[in-house]
Parts: sequence; structure tokens; C-alpha cells
Amino acid sequence: MTMKFLVCISKAPDTTSRIAFTEGDTQFDANGVQFIVNPYDEWYALVRALELKEQHGGSVTTITVGQADCDPVIRKALAIGADDAIRVDANPTDAMQVAGLIAAQAKAGGYDVVLCGKETIDHNGSVVGGMLAEMLEASFISLATSLDLDGGKAMAKREASGGLESVEATLPVVVSAAKGMAEQRIPNMRGIMAARTKPLNVVTPGGATEGTGVSKFELPPAKGDCKLISADTPEELVRLLREEAKVL
Amino acid sequence: MNCLAFVPTKNGQATKAGLEAVSYAKQCGATVTAVMVGALNGDGGAGAAGATKVLHVSNELHDEGQIAKVVSAAAEATGAEWVVAPHDHVGRAVAPRVAVRLGAGMVPGVTGLLEGSTVKRNVFSGKAMAHVNVKTAKKVITTTPNAFGVASDGAAAAVESFATDAGEARLSVTGFEASSADGSVPLPEAVRVVSAGRGLKGPENWGIVEELAQALSATTACSRPVSDMGWRPHHEHVGQTGITIRPDLYIAAGISGAIQHLAGVNQSKVIVAINTDPEAPFFKAADYGIVGDAFEVLPKLTAAIKSMG
Repeated sequence: MTMKFLVCISKAPDTTSRIAFTEGDTQFDANGVQFIVNPYDEWYALVRALELKEQHGGSVTTITVGQADCDPVIRKALAIGADDAIRVDANPTDAMQVAGLIAAQAKAGGYDVVLCGKETIDHNGSVVGGMLAEMLEASFISLATSLDLDGGKAMAKREASGGLESVEATLPVVVSAAKGMAEQRIPNMRGIMAARTKPLNVVTPGGATEGTGVSKFELPPAKGDCKLISADTPEELVRLLREEAKVL
Repeated sequence: MNCLAFVPTKNGQATKAGLEAVSYAKQCGATVTAVMVGALNGDGGAGAAGATKVLHVSNELHDEGQIAKVVSAAAEATGAEWVVAPHDHVGRAVAPRVAVRLGAGMVPGVTGLLEGSTVKRNVFSGKAMAHVNVKTAKKVITTTPNAFGVASDGAAAAVESFATDAGEARLSVTGFEASSADGSVPLPEAVRVVSAGRGLKGPENWGIVEELAQALSATTACSRPVSDMGWRPHHEHVGQTGITIRPDLYIAAGISGAIQHLAGVNQSKVIVAINTDPEAPFFKAADYGIVGDAFEVLPKLTAAIKSMG
């Protein structure tokens, strides 16, 4: 039985990027910032989709909502092994808009399994996957740490309070992928070469509702200096935690 | 302003994160109706936290698609302008589905009160804050666990049965594995955490970490390298690609404080770093620090906590 997988990937600033804002603190300052594939999308969602395709047969398509500056990151996903990619040519504004634009493409493509990372490291939202499931009238497995397919069903373990729940869901299914799902794959030379000619289809978006917008970003107040306590008198730390910090 | 709070329950009682969502909505000035699904004892604690009424859906529903359907029906039945839920495992699966059903903009994991249509949340893995405006008439908000207090002075809420079609179940729960046998508070919910890394030199040395955690009624955590090496279980790994935590107190021993680790812990209220290296980056991010050997410092801290009584 061949399966059609759709993997949602987005670009995110590299973990060590300096975070700064421009245009009166309304935009992230992308100057000099290295962008990567959002790690949850790449290491967990994409790799697991590739493993399942290797096991069951089928195809893995990635989808991204973004402008041409996303193409390098999309080519990386192709280099890791995706068969083809879709880029919806729009500036991503919020989860509702992104989910709406992806859903329109997903409906047209008839995918069995849609995977996304549990959240992006810049927005930390954890919203798109659930919205997509509702828009596609699909089942949704949130925060999945493993995923298997068997006879038209998805079986997964997912994060729950105090442990992991085992769940079963019917197809089509949307899965948000968390740590444990798969191991990062480094693209090899052959993959990188092949990625150059794999299809990257740019589609013009239809309309999509925006639910929210950011009016302003703010940096946290500068942290005060660390108060150092001598290693010989750790009781002093306990006293400070109790009387000053009031956390004991 | 009417708010519908989706309050997850465990063993008939509202979860702490669920109660935080109720108190949050009350603090924002809303009249709060709680919707609770499954077994329920009385009002489950929702009244004390600030709900004036509880709508009780007695079916045990495990498919969040079904839960979202009943929550949305409750929102429409009460004419709610906004829906609140905790940003925990359950809330993260339910709230986005509710947002789509109601055509409501959603703001996940808020850290400030809702003022008109604007609310604050953390972005860039805790390195910045965003002021978010909701553009739609209805709103869905999820509250960051442990960011808001739980009120306890409200009167018991009237409980009304709420019957509605939950639709077909497409997801079922077939099992559960607890991650810690010792019954400690799960990391994402922990209010106190004691964490350690490579500076502990080997898994056989973790006794001093566990003893300090026990003395503090804290949950243990670790850095990525020691989880990758199998010294500690994966679910203890806090950091960019592990778990993000927001405890009141985070003590880190033998961890240098790389950016990827800090991304998972920088929203802690108070951070304590213990490291032999005075140049360790963690000291720049911590509130308190001890330059010293964890093997000496941790047992002394444990003794000091125990004698504090």
C-alpha cells in the first residue's frame, strides 16, 4: 500500500542567532541571520516520513508557506530525501493563515499522513498542526514521540502528563512530531546534488483569514548580575533563596 | 464579557493548569463558565478558582477532535466572546481545533493578561516577547502553565449537565507508560527542578542530584549530552530540542549553559548555577551561582535544606 506523506516545514533562525527587531520593533531583524529548517520539522517530522515511505512505499512532499528566501531551506529538505516540494508564495503572518494555505494544498493532494514539527523555535506556537487537522477533518496526534502505520491506521506514542500515551488514529491523520520520533539525517553529496533538480513547485495562494498579528516585539529587561555565593558556605544560598528570592 | 474555559480533569478534579486558565480569565475581568469532560466530583475545584458555572459533559472523551466539538458547542451555547484553555498537552490538541470551528484567532501560551484584543507571549524560545492582537471577533487563548496563580476564594460553581453530539471518535488511547516510578511531578509541570550535566562525570554519580531533588520536593532534569549518552532518561532532557520548563526554581549543576540548554530553562523564575568553571556561560544567565565542585556543593546544599526544616 503506497502512502502519500506531506511534511510541513518552515525556516527558523539558527539557534545561536542574535535576536533583534527593526521597523519600530515590529519586525524580526533578519540581517546577518542564518536560517535553518525548523529542527522539529527536519529531525523528527521529515525523517520519520522518509522512514515510513522506505517501509511502506509512496512519496514524501514538503510544503512551506513563504517567499523565495525559503528556497535554500526547502532544498535542504529535498537533499535529506523528500521527493518534491511545494512553496505557497506568501508571507506567513499567523498560524490561522498558514494552516489555511497549507490545507488548501493538502486537500488537493489527497495525503494520507500530514506531519509537522511540534512547534517552531521562533514562534513556539504549537498551533498549525491542530488547526490543519480541523480544516482537513482529519484525526490529530499531538506531540507524538513515535509513529507507525498499519492497515489504514496510525499508531503512536504521545507526550501526556507524567508519561507517554499509546494512541491509535484513523487516516487521514495529522501528526505533530516531538523528540524521540526519529534521528537527524545529514544529507550526503548525492542527496545534495539530486535536490537541485527535484521539483520545487511555487504556487500562488488563494485567500486565507488571518487570526492574529504582532503589534510589537520587546526584549526582556536585562538580567541583573549573578549573585555569587562561596562554595564553602552553601547555606547562604539556601537563606537567599528563602528570604530574598522567596522560592523556598 | 463571557469566557468559556476548557478545564482538563484528572480523577474527577480539575488539573492545576486547568484551574490557572480559569483564574486567568477571571483576572482579565471575564464571567467564566467552565466546560469539563468526563468524570467529575462536584465542580472539580473550578468554582473556587473563579468559574460561576460548570457545564459538564459526562462522556469520557479521549479524541481531542470530539472534545473540540463539544467545547465549541459550549462556547456557542454560552455566547462566549473568548475561550481559554491551558497550554498543556490536552489544551494544545484541543484549542487549535476550537479556534478553527469558531473562526477565532488563537494566541498560544500567553504570559500576560488579555487587555482588549492584545495579549503578551514569549517568542524566540524565551528570548523575546511579542504583543499579539487578535483580529477576529472571537478569540482562543491558551495560558502558559505556572505563569498565573490559582485563586481559591470563589464560591462553588453550579454544575449543569451539557449534552451535545461529540461526533465519531477517530483516535483512541490504548495504553500509558509513566515516565517516573517515583511519582515526582512531571517536568513540564514542575515548580522546582534540580538538573545536572556532564560535570557530574558519570551516571553512577547522580545520587547527590536525586537527594537534593528529594530534599526540595523537586523533579530531576538533565542537559542534552548526558541524555544522548544514556546517563539519564530522554524525558529529563531540557533544552531547545527537549522540554521547555517554567519552574519557580531551577538549579543546574555541572552544566555549562549553552544557548540550546538555556532556551529550555530561561523562563524559570530563579536560576541557580553550580560549576567549577567561573567562565561558564550559565553564570551570565543565572540569578545565583556557586563556583565550586558539585560533588561537594550538592550534598552540603541538601544538608542545609534538611536542617532548614
